[in-house]
Amino acid sequence: MPKLTIDGQLVEVPPGSTVLQACEAAGREIPVFCFHPRLNIAGNCRMCLVEVEKSPKPQASCALPAADGMVVRTDSPAVHKARRGVLELLLINHPLDCPICDQGGECDLQDLTLFYGPDKSRFQENKRPVADKYLGPLISTHMTRCIHCTRCIRFLNEVAGVEELGAVHRGEHMEITTWIEAALTSELSGNIVDLCPVGALNSKPYEYRARTWELKKTESVDVLDAVGSSIRIDSRGNEVMRILPRLHEEVNEEWLSDKSRFAADGLKKRRLDVPILRRGGRLEPVDWRTALAAVAERIRATPPERIAILLGDQVDCETMVLARELAARIGTPHLDCRQDGAALGSEPRAQYLFNTTIAGIEQADLCLLVGTDPRHEAALVNARIRKRWRRGGFQVARIGVPADLTYPVEELGLGPQTLADLAQGRHSFAERLAAAGRPMLILGAGAVARPDGAAVLAQAHALAERAGLVREGWNGFNLLHTAAARVGGLELGLLPGPGGRDVAGVLAGIEAGAIELVLSIGVEEIEPKRLEKAFVVHLGTHGDRTAPIASAILPGAAWTEKNATWVNTEGRPQRGRLAVFPPGEAKEDWRILRALSEAAGLGVPLDTLEAVRARMVELAPQLGEVDRIRPAGWGSFGRPGPVEAAPFRSPVADFYRTCAITRASAVMAECSALAAARVQPATGTHG
Amino acid sequence: MLHDRDRIFTNLYGERPWTLDAARRRGDWDGTGDLVLKGRDWLVKEMKESGLRGRGGAGFPTGLKWSFMPKQSAGPVYLVVNADESEPGTCKDREIIRNEPHKLIEGCLLAGAAMWCTAGYIYIRGEFVQEARILQAAIDEAYAAGLIGRNACGSGYDFELYLHRGAGAYICGEETGLLESLEGKKGQPRLKPPFPAAVGLYGRPTTVNNVETIAVAPTIFRRGAAWFAGLGRPGNTGTKIFCISGHVNQPCTVEEEMGIPLKTLLEKHAGGVRGGWDNLLAVIPGGSSVPLLPKEICDTVKMDFDSLREVQSGLGTAGVIVMDRSTDIVKAIARLSKFYMHESCGQCTPCREGTGWLWRMMERMARGEAETAEIDQLLDVTKEIEGHTICALGDAAAWPVQGLIRHFRPELERRIRDHKLARRAAA
Amino acid sequence: MSAAPGRKTPHGAMAPDVASFAFTPENLEAARAILARYPAGRQASAVLPLLHLAQAQHGGWLPRAALDHVAEFLGMPRIRVYEVASFYDMYNTEPVGRVQVRVCTTTPCWLCGSDGVLKAAREVLGCEPGESSPDGRFFLREFECLGACANAPVLWVDDEFYEDLTYESAKAVLEALVRGERPTPGPQSGRKGSMPAGGKTTLLEVGE
Repeated sequence: MPKLTIDGQLVEVPPGSTVLQACEAAGREIPVFCFHPRLNIAGNCRMCLVEVEKSPKPQASCALPAADGMVVRTDSPAVHKARRGVLELLLINHPLDCPICDQGGECDLQDLTLFYGPDKSRFQENKRPVADKYLGPLISTHMTRCIHCTRCIRFLNEVAGVEELGAVHRGEHMEITTWIEAALTSELSGNIVDLCPVGALNSKPYEYRARTWELKKTESVDVLDAVGSSIRIDSRGNEVMRILPRLHEEVNEEWLSDKSRFAADGLKKRRLDVPILRRGGRLEPVDWRTALAAVAERIRATPPERIAILLGDQVDCETMVLARELAARIGTPHLDCRQDGAALGSEPRAQYLFNTTIAGIEQADLCLLVGTDPRHEAALVNARIRKRWRRGGFQVARIGVPADLTYPVEELGLGPQTLADLAQGRHSFAERLAAAGRPMLILGAGAVARPDGAAVLAQAHALAERAGLVREGWNGFNLLHTAAARVGGLELGLLPGPGGRDVAGVLAGIEAGAIELVLSIGVEEIEPKRLEKAFVVHLGTHGDRTAPIASAILPGAAWTEKNATWVNTEGRPQRGRLAVFPPGEAKEDWRILRALSEAAGLGVPLDTLEAVRARMVELAPQLGEVDRIRPAGWGSFGRPGPVEAAPFRSPVADFYRTCAITRASAVMAECSALAAARVQPATGTHG
Repeated sequence: MLHDRDRIFTNLYGERPWTLDAARRRGDWDGTGDLVLKGRDWLVKEMKESGLRGRGGAGFPTGLKWSFMPKQSAGPVYLVVNADESEPGTCKDREIIRNEPHKLIEGCLLAGAAMWCTAGYIYIRGEFVQEARILQAAIDEAYAAGLIGRNACGSGYDFELYLHRGAGAYICGEETGLLESLEGKKGQPRLKPPFPAAVGLYGRPTTVNNVETIAVAPTIFRRGAAWFAGLGRPGNTGTKIFCISGHVNQPCTVEEEMGIPLKTLLEKHAGGVRGGWDNLLAVIPGGSSVPLLPKEICDTVKMDFDSLREVQSGLGTAGVIVMDRSTDIVKAIARLSKFYMHESCGQCTPCREGTGWLWRMMERMARGEAETAEIDQLLDVTKEIEGHTICALGDAAAWPVQGLIRHFRPELERRIRDHKLARRAAA
Repeated sequence: MSAAPGRKTPHGAMAPDVASFAFTPENLEAARAILARYPAGRQASAVLPLLHLAQAQHGGWLPRAALDHVAEFLGMPRIRVYEVASFYDMYNTEPVGRVQVRVCTTTPCWLCGSDGVLKAAREVLGCEPGESSPDGRFFLREFECLGACANAPVLWVDDEFYEDLTYESAKAVLEALVRGERPTPGPQSGRKGSMPAGGKTTLLEVGE
């Protein structure tokens, strides 16, 4: 452990630390622009210069390894002069447009200039203009403001693994660009807006719409995939202005996927904001009392065994508690939270959790992907796998349709047969799996949502047993979900009761006339045609797929509009918080179900959020432990049987449009169109 | 004064062919295998005792640099020769490459043997098209004759040597910028530490030496360290190729003894200053990066590392740029500022932003369109750049301007005054 | 979907491009020989020499298709090749005249009369530095120090240096080039290499 003297104070730092870290350990703040703890060291801004005894020149502390006996000065006149000099030089070509710059109020250059910089300019020459660049629909550029810290380039090269941004030309003509004026293709690109220490890279959808100091900041979690990224919702009045990532080392670190960040405009479009009833083939707005009375009447009039309750991909746990109670009181066993038809049961829990945990990926030395495209199903899980791969000593193999995941992947085969071969030791890869110290398997949600899903799950279980994926202190079996609601639903047991129909059974029942009434709670991913013969009561947020065929529409709250609990793919319960109120007459979903039960005379006795949560913890005690993962016990699961030859395909065909909110988002639509054009270029020079 | 018998580069002017036959007649490749067999320790010791300091500009002791290479290393170890000669005023490596390529190639083998390098790369600036052709042909000759490659010179030592062409970037003469470029990237210098001896080309231990440094090595080994150390003076030993350009009657390159008085150098070999010694205004003694010297210093200064450092300049590459009294000295230095602005890699703040600012201020200074107080501001900006950058290009941009202000401040003030008067008269 | 937007030049206009580029069989062979100089997995090292090859093949400049071809050949991300092509002075990423005429104007050449050389070039070629001649044959540039300062001023045409120039001799060289001749490169003063013009002062006693 090297011991250093920082401004006269002795500190001891772990081996491998930099002088910058040592200074921070000594409580000295060192100003930086280019340095970022999650990116490679560039050492180019020269803001962090410190004096080191016996060194003739000041040293960049971010890049200098801390060595025993070093004597460092961070507050000497020479250091202050160096900082002032660097700031002066950064500012000479920086425009004086702070009043109209989006970064104003949260700008590192502004802040550091205030503390360390010169108070007036000595620069008499003309400032250097730089042409703005096109980076796609998400990021706007103001390149005259760029200070060339290269954080954006390093992020895309290192974390995102999409090498598309570079610094072209040289000297004062150096410019950050794709050179070809093409949109970035990374699904993590928005993070470079956060990383940019100045206003060169801005959020295009948010630009010029608000000032940071007029925003209300609400800490919440994301539900647009099953990662459960920590987010901050910035709102003004009753409008979500932007969504930013919040630090959560074990989940999203400090990153956020572009979908989670930029789909917020979908919250304002195609919203269901009044109750609606279908009368004589037409959808008519009505008041809540009328709507609830009509639905309650219909429920009372329908035999319980002809009623089904299905739940969608973003339903919160509180709402699911009410749905469960409602089903029990109606007396229907036809309840299912798996709208994709996943062949997952509720016991043992290990079958449906990402048991290794997201942070645990960093401990693994081998990863087998089965029927999953983590890059598009859970972008930040993929970023974590890439992070592990970059450290070396890590192999990734896949069974499924090849897709670029930003790291090398060994292709083992396309479909379940390869999985079966591996599970029975008939595949050469089995030996390497057996030899691995900390092997992990990631089974995609899509792989178990096939008709042969239960058999696939059984094969995965067999492989886990054979390869010893689960051992003392290590659980290498993982299910990667795409729906934020799924784990919560399984934890709360929202599955068919005795004699009950699952999703497929319900749909068959509708077709056969055995199911008459379907309560759709946020269901949007079922082909509407298969529902439309039933009387569909749709509790939803958007006029998306289900609303047009519904007989009654009860407007609910999107995730930014309620205080609620979601459980991510790891089994981590997290609380989302209300940032804005639901639009119009829309209400929080659990309250709607509560009111419906009352109108139908079913009397679910849960009147407050506290009561709902108490019941939730009764049903699933682990959900009371917010942000903690209760490890799952191992056991047998899946149902052995024949598997099909069809290759595994990811359920996420279009990363940018996976739910009602993202399908309503114009920003996502633009991204989606660009991505589609990249896959199938209509014209171009490379066809 | 150096005797011809002590000159290393006997074909400096290309009077005879560069080919292997001719080179052998000049004494190259004589007993090279035996020198290799003397072993690594002997070679490094001999190099240390010769007192040779790097000829690329920084003057770091070559033997010491060689000794930094790891004694044991599993995997490749590289010698990289810096033939990216781009320092304004410098044209010595070009003469070695086109007229004495076998001295360089033989030097590569011996330097390689001294550090157990598995391969060598010679990075030649892209503009030297003909020079690269000659050097490649000479390398091919050496391979064909069994002098390099497998079992080089029958010594049992395997040493591969490759030529790599640059594409026009002064910064690739900085050793880590060169390594980046050789790896196929922009030539942006690396942060140090780690130094190339630990993490160099492809992450492997690497020594980067200048062409002249490597090319003098075979003669040093053949004639002995004591011979080389006996020339010049302690700490500044041996011979050196001087490149004399600018306002002399006969610009030339010439190999001379270290420590030769500048005046002697110019008068004996370059035909003297145009218009006579008294017509001398200033000399940049070591390539554009070192501060200029006014005539009164030139009268007596000796041309070696330490003597020039004592007068706040440097030997650098020994590119001697002579300016007579007809020279617009401010414009001459402003043109160098433009050079550094053009050649800044753009990576780090002080150099990227500062070199352009310096040049623009210098252009105004040349015209007198400035305030007197701006002279101090100009000096201050050079200090904001100097010592604050990743590589030495920042210093190199700062020093010529500092030298100008140090020795020609009255000239700057006069121009500003004259410009104001002219404007007032016009108004 | 329309074609991907083209690259913008520093001036904001779209740079003209060509539909495709591929090495000729001879250059492909040369490229493979170059690749053999570098260790396995380090093929990116060949990017500079390969861009030289591509530029020579394409008549003195590198269209985007050529950069992409080199990137693909070396298995590099395209942006890394774009960076390199824009960083080094010898590559042209916009169309230019096939014959590249570069006048060194750095201080040592300037002291010895590079202004005259530049003047001669302007007059003979009929264009300014940074432009191609009206007939499109020549591309004129100012260049930084070419490393031949004892033979200043220097004019660099394609692969050859013309040295010890004056306004008159530069004009003669350039006029010959315009006529399609190939004037003898090297010092136009008649001296040998960088030997002092009045005769050598050293190496007098060195025998053959």
